[in-house]
Amino acid sequence: MSEILERLRPLFYPEGIIVTGVSAHPGKFGSASYHNLLRFGFKGELYPINRDGAEVLGRPTWRKISDVPSGAADLAFLCTPASVNEELLRECAKVGVRAAFVASGGYSEAGDEGRHLEHRLVALAKELGIVIAGPNGQGIVSTPISMCAQIVPPYPPSGPISMASQSGNIGASFMNYGVLTGVGFSKGISCGNSAQLELADYLEYFGEDPETLVSLAYLEGIDDGRRFLEVARAHSARKPIVALVGGVTERGKRAASSHTGALASNARIFAGVCRQAGIARAETVEEAYEVAATFARQPLPRGPRTLVLTVAGGWGVLTADACIQIGLDLIPLSEDLREQIDKMVPARWSRGNPIDLAGGETRDTIPEVLELTAAHPDVDAIVYLGIGIQAAQAHAIKSGPFYPDHGLDRVVEFHERQDRRYALAAAEASERHKKPILVASDLVHTDRAYGNPGPVGVKESGRVAYPSGHRAVRALAQLVRYSRYRQRLES
Amino acid sequence: MSETLSEFESKRLLSEAGIPTPAERLVFSPAEAVLAAEELSYPVALKLCGRGIAHKTERNLVRLDLVDAGNVRRQAEDLLAQRGPDEAGAGVLVSSMIHGRRELIAGLVRDPQFGPCVMLGLGGVFAEALSDVAFAVAPLGPSDAEDLIDALTYARVLSRFRGEPEADREKLGQILQTLGQIGLDRPDIRSIDINPLILVGSRPVVADALVEVEANPS
Repeated sequence: MSEILERLRPLFYPEGIIVTGVSAHPGKFGSASYHNLLRFGFKGELYPINRDGAEVLGRPTWRKISDVPSGAADLAFLCTPASVNEELLRECAKVGVRAAFVASGGYSEAGDEGRHLEHRLVALAKELGIVIAGPNGQGIVSTPISMCAQIVPPYPPSGPISMASQSGNIGASFMNYGVLTGVGFSKGISCGNSAQLELADYLEYFGEDPETLVSLAYLEGIDDGRRFLEVARAHSARKPIVALVGGVTERGKRAASSHTGALASNARIFAGVCRQAGIARAETVEEAYEVAATFARQPLPRGPRTLVLTVAGGWGVLTADACIQIGLDLIPLSEDLREQIDKMVPARWSRGNPIDLAGGETRDTIPEVLELTAAHPDVDAIVYLGIGIQAAQAHAIKSGPFYPDHGLDRVVEFHERQDRRYALAAAEASERHKKPILVASDLVHTDRAYGNPGPVGVKESGRVAYPSGHRAVRALAQLVRYSRYRQRLES
Repeated sequence: MSETLSEFESKRLLSEAGIPTPAERLVFSPAEAVLAAEELSYPVALKLCGRGIAHKTERNLVRLDLVDAGNVRRQAEDLLAQRGPDEAGAGVLVSSMIHGRRELIAGLVRDPQFGPCVMLGLGGVFAEALSDVAFAVAPLGPSDAEDLIDALTYARVLSRFRGEPEADREKLGQILQTLGQIGLDRPDIRSIDINPLILVGSRPVVADALVEVEANPS
C-alpha cells in the first residue's frame, strides 16, 4: 500500500472511533457527532467518552479514554475544549489511536493564544505519531464504511466523488447537491485550520484511493504552492480534480516595481496553476458539484464535436449559443444523419445542429435519434434538452378533475413511460458508444415535486439531470478540456 | 531591497541566456554614439541607459528612427544632458531599430506560494490597460509554453493577422521556457520585464527589458 493511503487510512477507514465531549445534552458537538455516527450506521466500533459515564441516546458511555481496550480505536474525534485536548491526545495514544480529527475551535482562528495551542497540538501529535486533521473542522465522511463523523450533516449517498474543503459549510453544500441529485461521495473532509494535514495531503490520498474517481476541492489559500502543483499533476494524470476557489480575486496584487509584478494577481497565477495541472476550475458551488458529478458518471469525450438534440426551439438555440461561446465545436449535421432523421419526423424539423424535432417525434423517435447520433463517428458528445415535458403534461392531467376518465389514464401512462424511457435511452446510448450524453431540462426539480419520471429516470441511471442547457454545456466543456489534457500527457 | 539593472545589462543577461535581443552598443559620448550607429548601420534608436532608469518613454529618454550622423550626435548630446544628479554614470544605448506592429510583454515574477512564475501578455504601452496576460509556474515544458500562449484572450493576434505572418510560436515558447529557467537558476533575480517584446515579422525580439535583482548588501 502506498505511503499516503497507509498514513490516512485511520481517518477514512477507522475500525474504532473514540468520540470525546459526548454529553447527555443533545445540542453539544460531541453528542451531535456521536448521534450522526450512530444514525448513519458506522460499521466500526464507537467509544463515546462521558466524564460521568452517563447514558447517551440510551447507550452506555466510557468515563475515561484509558478504559477503552488497547488497539480497539484507531481514530479519535475530538469535540472537547482546546485546553484539554493535549491531555486527551496523550491518553488516545496510549490506547493505540493513530489519527485524530479535531473539531474543536479555539485554535489559530481565535488569535495568538489559540495559535500557540495549535502549534503545541501539532508538536504533540508528531511526538505521539498521530496524524491530525483540523482543528476547527466540521468532520469526515466515508461512505464505504457508513461513517458520518461530523458535527452537522449532510450525509450524502455513496458514490465516486471525494471532497476536501477549506470551508466546512461549502463542503456541506457539495454534499447537499449529492443528496439532491443522487450522484454521491466516497469521502469528504473539512480541512479546518489545516494545522498538520492540509488540502494537498487529502488530494494526494484521493489520487491513489481506488474508490475515488474524481476529487472536488474548495480552497481559499495554498501554503506550499509547489507541492500542491506536484500533487495535483500526479492526480490529474490519473483522474480529474475539480476546484472551486474562493477569496482569490484581482485584489491581492503584489506591491511591485515591475510591470510583470503589477499584473501578477493571485487569481491569474492560480489560473495558470490550474491550466498546468489539468484542474477543472468552476465558478460556483453548483457548477463545481455538477462538473465533478459529470466526471464521475459520464465517459470522457474524445474531442469537442458536440451535437444538441432538442424537442423545442428556444432551448436548442440558447444551448447552441452556449456551446459556441465556450469553445465547443457545434458541428454541422452530416448528410447521412440528416437523411436518416428526414425519414423519421415531419419536414418541419431543423435539419441541422441543433437537431430540433419541433414536436414531430413519435413513440420511438427520441431513443432512435439518440442511438443514431451517439453512434456517428462525427459526434463526440451530445446535449439532450427537454426531458420531462411529456410527464409534466401527465401530471397536469393526473392532478386535474377529468382524470382517469375519457381515456386520460392511458395517455398519462404513455407520457410517463416515454419520459422515463428517454432518460434510460440517453444513458444506454452513452455507455454503449462511450460518449457523454448530458440531459438538461428546467423540469429537473419536478422529480421531487411530483416524481416526474423524466428526471427520476436520469437519477436512476446514476447521472445528473442539469437544470439548464448552459449548465450542461459548462460541464461538458470541462470534460473536453480535461480529455485534451490527458490525451496530450499520454501522447 | 532590490535594484534595477540598466537596460544594457538586462538585455545582456537575457541575450546570454539565449533570448534574442537587437545589436547594440553602450557609449558615453556623442562621438562614440555616431561611431556605433555607423557600425550598426542606420536607422538606430538611442536611449539613456543606466541603473535605476525606468519609465524612459514618460521621461522622453527614447529617440527612435535616427537616420544620420548629425541627428545621432545631437540626440546623444541632448540625452546625456538630461541625466539626473544620481545618473552621472548613465550612458547612451545605441541599438539597431527593430520594427513590428505587434508588441507583447513577457516577464518573470516570484510568487510567495508558487515561486518563479512566467508571464506573457499583449504588451507595449497598452499592456496594463488591456491586462490580457497569463502566467505559468516555472519550470515550463514545451507544452506549458504552448498553453501559456493560447491562454491569452486575444491569442489570435499571434496568428496571420492583417498582413502580418504567424508568430514563430516555437521561438516565443523558447523565450518563455528560458525565463522560467532563469527564475529557477538565479534566486537573486526578483523580476524580469520584457516590454515590449516586438514581433519583427514572425520573430520575437526584446526591444526593452528591465531585470530587478536583490541589492548587494555591501
